[in-house]
Order: sequence, then structure tokens, then C-alpha cells
Amino acid sequence: MKRSIFACAAVALTMTGGALAAQTLDAVKERGELNCGITEGTLGFSARDANGVHQGFDVEFCRALAVAIFNDADAVNYVELSSANRFTALTAGNADVLYRTTTWTLTRDVDLKTNFVGVNYYDGQAFMVPAELGVSSALELDGATVCIEVGTTTELNLADYFRANGMEYQPLPVGGTTEAKALFEEGACDVYTTDGSALAGVKASFPDPSAYVILPEVASKEPLGPAVRHGDEQWADVVRWVQNALIEAEEYDITSENAAQLAESGSIPAVNRILGVEGGLGEMLGLENDFALNMITKVGNYGEIFARTIGESTPIGLPRGLNALYTEGGIQYAPPFR
Amino acid sequence: MSLSFVRTEMEEPQPAPSSTVGIVAWARTNLFSSIPNTILTIIALYLLVRLAVGIFPWIFLGVWDAGSLSECREIFAELYPDGREYACWAVIADRWDQIIFGYYSADQYWRPILGWILIGVSAVPVLYPNTPRSLLYVTVATAFVYPFLVWGGTIWPYLMAAVGFGVGYGVYRILAAVTAGNAFSSVIAVSGSVIAAAVWWIGLSGPISGALAEAMPWGIEAFRSRDLAGFALAITIGVVAIAASLPLAIALALGRQSNMLIVNKLSTGFIEMIRGVPLITLIFVAVVLLQYFLPSGTDVDPILAIMILVTLFTAAYIAEVIRAGLAAVPKGQYEAADSLGLNYGLAQRLIILPQALKIAIPGIVSNFISVFKDTVLVSIVFPNDPLGIADTIRADSNWNGIVWELYGFIALVFFLFCFAMSRYSLSLEKRLQTGHR
Repeated sequence: MKRSIFACAAVALTMTGGALAAQTLDAVKERGELNCGITEGTLGFSARDANGVHQGFDVEFCRALAVAIFNDADAVNYVELSSANRFTALTAGNADVLYRTTTWTLTRDVDLKTNFVGVNYYDGQAFMVPAELGVSSALELDGATVCIEVGTTTELNLADYFRANGMEYQPLPVGGTTEAKALFEEGACDVYTTDGSALAGVKASFPDPSAYVILPEVASKEPLGPAVRHGDEQWADVVRWVQNALIEAEEYDITSENAAQLAESGSIPAVNRILGVEGGLGEMLGLENDFALNMITKVGNYGEIFARTIGESTPIGLPRGLNALYTEGGIQYAPPFR
Repeated sequence: MSLSFVRTEMEEPQPAPSSTVGIVAWARTNLFSSIPNTILTIIALYLLVRLAVGIFPWIFLGVWDAGSLSECREIFAELYPDGREYACWAVIADRWDQIIFGYYSADQYWRPILGWILIGVSAVPVLYPNTPRSLLYVTVATAFVYPFLVWGGTIWPYLMAAVGFGVGYGVYRILAAVTAGNAFSSVIAVSGSVIAAAVWWIGLSGPISGALAEAMPWGIEAFRSRDLAGFALAITIGVVAIAASLPLAIALALGRQSNMLIVNKLSTGFIEMIRGVPLITLIFVAVVLLQYFLPSGTDVDPILAIMILVTLFTAAYIAEVIRAGLAAVPKGQYEAADSLGLNYGLAQRLIILPQALKIAIPGIVSNFISVFKDTVLVSIVFPNDPLGIADTIRADSNWNGIVWELYGFIALVFFLFCFAMSRYSLSLEKRLQTGHR
């Protein structure tokens, strides 16, 4: 008797263990809202506006995911995470997915037991110089004084980059972005280097942004993407294909305006499969067949999200660059919907 | 022999020489008493004037009405073609309510405001002894009403938590009456009431309040801890820590002085353990590591965890301050209490603690001030403290690039609170001054 109870308990334990890992989608559906891990405030990517509403590039992806699951862009519980506790929060189940400007690296993928399921923004370390310096390429920066935040990977990347190109530089170590910006503005250093998206924000905050240029070279790869827990492939698939649908929609020119029309007319097979008119792909994921149609109607495709939150028409003014579609010179590429 | 003349009325006193009274004398004795002093005064005055000339225009010529930093800059460019720029206070005009109230929606601002008024009223009888004692009921009620206002939801869980204390007290009275005369009467009564209250809180209050909430869903809009932000967060953590840590600290200090081995060692161990670890580490452990230890999916309410930890942390420090106060009470006072035949409780309450606490007041208040400022340390795990809000505002592309105005405003609010506390401590010291020291 004793033994059988013990065995039952063991079986129950293993079952609940497996169940916990495999049921994120069901758990989210049951809860009625998505716990989306975001940053506490990163210009353009996520921040609260004057009404306390979350806005930004990463926030739009949370909203898109919520539409895919609930057909309701507001069914999101935003979990603001610092860089110190983001992975813990994900592992412990306080966030279902991280859209938190998190760079995909091997150690994070393998050692921290997270699954990165795509790249929603290809970032990279870039260099900004005053326009009056007349520099047009990072390779002309030999001998420059560089403002660099201490203890960051950007510091190491900078050293690697200059050594690889046989150049010398004078580092001016600073404590953080605010300090670096002040020093750079008063001319204590010729170059300020950090991630390209952050650099664009710093540039936008100057009284005269056109007095500064961001050089085209990037010194590092910083692919930022959504991360989920290890061990729940179904949930990873959902997050992955939600993002792929947004990119694929841009490729086929499905926009928030014409999505409903395209679904109705149903004349292009590839578009039909994305919008769920044929193929039943949504149900394979455990979602509704028209999840992408709802998503694109309510949130827009990848290009629309980009343009609305961080694109060139916004004050941040990031160019598409690497984040353009592969058909337009970038590397954003979604596997086919079939 | 007789005196030829005797003055019949007093001569009017002469005014003191102008060199010893008034502002001139004050300046002479305090500012220009010697050559080095004069030089230092002139240098200091020069620096002060320079500072004022630099800062005052920036503060008072600032722009209050603009939608973004670039609008501010346009306004300055229009007003001052020479490129001068002053403060862009528009960011405060736009976001001050977020800094103060956090993410309550505007129609819910009455909740934190009412809560703070209640705290103010409930502090009066504690701070000023000559007020009607009936105000103490407000103090007790605030302990339950304030959380209700902050977190909302139905009223029942808060009411049931309050009832728990009533249950504990009732059991205490009954047991004390039943076991009266027994040598262990107080021990039995106290432990019985603690057990009864615990049973109520853990086992009964949840289902009962759930049932009541279903039957009578009286309440206000529920508010998530995660949206608690800005000074609403700092004040909530600070007030909880201050209010809860003082009784705990007194108990710990008495425990550490106690002759009972286990009580003594437990108190000492607790105090030393907490004091040996930085607050930031404790917060990190509470919020981040606890998530690893607890079953997956358990949501540790970060605010609750932080409140508990800050309370324990403050209590450990204040316990040491109070212990110093206890040690400073002359031994004769203890002996006098004994010779009057007072038992331990009465001796502490009537003779020792009033004197010890009086000595400890400056230390206690300075701990309170530092705990209020330490609340910004939560930003390491929870980004909604006043400084975290500043970062969020700076991440809005309208206000990207604003630094001094935001942090200056936050510093000013902190200063007002801390200055009020330190003034209060001074006045308390003066009032309690009975010439012992």
C-alpha cells in the first residue's frame, strides 16, 4: 500500500512536471491574458506614455501575440523586468515570453535554459561622431578619443574592432549613457559608441541632431529577439510563427488596411495561407486559423510596426538597414507558410 | 552728615553700543571676526552669488507649457536668439502626477491622496501626546484602510485581517481569565491568542472573505502591485517599514537584553544576520532567488516581499539604536523599578522604555529617513520607484534627453519629506528634554 502511494505520487509529480512545461499556451488561454516581459523603459522599444499606457516596438509584438491568442490586443499583462531579473522571471514562469531587447547568445540560449525563437531587431554596436569632423567611415577613426561605458560588452567589442583594423584609440571611460552624452556633447571625446538603436535615441535627444552622424559600420552583432522557456515546443512555435507571420505579411504587402480585403478576395494562394483562408495552419499551432489576419488588421505587419515605433518618420529615426526584408537588402527573412 | 542729593528715579538704560547688537554686530562676530575669517567669508559669498546667478535664471526662466523637449527648445530659440536655454519644466507639468501617484488612472488619484491624509491624521496621536486618545482608533483603522485604498478589490480580505486581531485579543482575554492565578497564565494566554489568530488568518479568513465577496462584492477597483509606482510606491514601502519596524525593533532590543538564553540568542542572531548583509542583497534574494525556490508559476508579489524585507532590515538597525538607549539608562532606574515591586512588563513600560526611547529618538528618526530614501533601491528588481519612473519618462521620445529637471524635482520631493521628518525629530527631542543629559 505504502509503495503504491509512493509510486502514484512519483507518477503524478512527473506528469505535473511535464504538464507545466508543455502547457504555456493553455495556461495563457486559461488566464485570459499574456504575461509579456518587457524593459522598464528603452527609448522606442518600450516605455509608458503620459497616460501610463505601454508604447514601443517590443510592446507591439506583445500586442500582436495577444491578438493571435485572444484576438484582443489589450489582453497583455506587461511585466517590467530589469536586466538583472529578466531570465529568472522567465524561468520562474512570471513572464510567458520576453520581448526585452535581449541579445541572442549561445550562453543565454543553452546555459540559461531559454529558447530564442527569432530576431525582431538586428542591432549592432555603432559609432557616432560630430558631423563637423568630416568622417564618413569608422575606418577613419585612427587615434580618436572614444567615450565608452565601462564594464559593458561594447567596451570589449570596441577593443576588438580597433585591433582587428589596426587602429589606435584613446578610451574615455564613463559610467552611463547620460554621462557619456554630456561628455560627447561638450567635445571631451570625438566618438561615442554603443548599440545602434540606443545611439539613434541619443542622437535624437541633441538640440540639433543633424550636427552628428552615425557611421555605417557596426562593430558587433546584437540580434534582439523574443525568448521563451526551454521545454515547451508548442509555445515556442506559437511565438516563432507569430513573428514570422508579421514578416511574411510585409513581404506579401499585406497591411492593416488591405488584410481584410485580401482575405475576402482570396486570389493569391500564399496570402490565403497566411491569412488562414486556406491550409488550416493556425489550428496546427493551436490558434485560430485567422490569427494572422486579426493580428495584421489590429497591429499591422512588421514594416508597419517598425515605421510606427522606431522608423525614420519617428523622432528616433532608425533606418531599416539590416532589418529590411531580404528582398530589399536586409536580412529579415521568414520561412514560408505552407 | 547727610547726603546732599539722592537720585529718586532710575536713569533710563543706555542702548547697547551699535557694535554689539543688531545685524552689524552679528556680522562682525560671525563673519568678519579675524582676517582669515573675513577672507573665507568673502570667498564663500562670492561662490554663493556665482551659484545663484548660474542656477536661479535656469530655474525661474524655465518653460512650463510645452509638449516635448524639442518644443521647449523651439520656444527658447524664439525667445533668446543668442542660444540661451533654461529649464524645460514642461516635463514636470506633463508627468508630475505619474511621479507622485504612479500608474493609478486619474479618476483613482483620490485613493492614494485619501490614504496619505489618513496616515497624516493617524500619525497625530502618536506624534503629539496632547491630542484626544480617540484619534488612536483612526491610527489602528488606517493599518487596514490604507492597504485597502492602495490595492483595492473587495473590502472583505482587509476586514478579515482586522478581525484576526480581534480573535487573538478575545482568546487572550478568555485564556487569561480562565488561567488567572496560574504561574504560566500570561504565557498560556499569549501563545493561545497567537495560535488562534494564525489559525484565523491562514485557515479561515481566506474562504470566509471569498464567500462574503461573492455575496456582497463591495469594494473599489483592484490595483496590481506591479502598477504601484513613483512616490506612491516609496511612501507605501516607507510607511509600512516605519510603522511595522518600531514595535519589532523594541521587541528585538528587549530580546537581546533578555536573560532567557533562547530569546537572547535568537534576537542577537537575527539582528546580526540582517545587519551583516547589505539591503540590496536582501532585496535581490527576496525577489529573484525566491522565484527559483518556490514552485514554478508562483508569483512572488515583489512589493510585498520588498516591504517585508525593508521592515526586517530597518527593525534590526533600530533595535541596535534602542539597545544603546537601554544601555544608557542608569542601573539605578532598573533597581528602582524592582524595589517598587514592578514586574518586568510594567517596569519596562513605565520606567525603562520611556527613558531609553527618548535617548534613542535621534537615531531612530535618522534610520527612518534613511529607510525612506533606501526605497529607491527596489529599482534593482522592480523598476517603478521614483528614479525608475524618471527612466521611463526619459524613454518617451518626447522627453528623451531631459535630465536635470526630472531628477531635480524628485530630489526636491525627497528633501521635503526627509526635512519634515528631521524637523519633527528635533521638536520631539526638545519637548522630551527633561534635563537628564
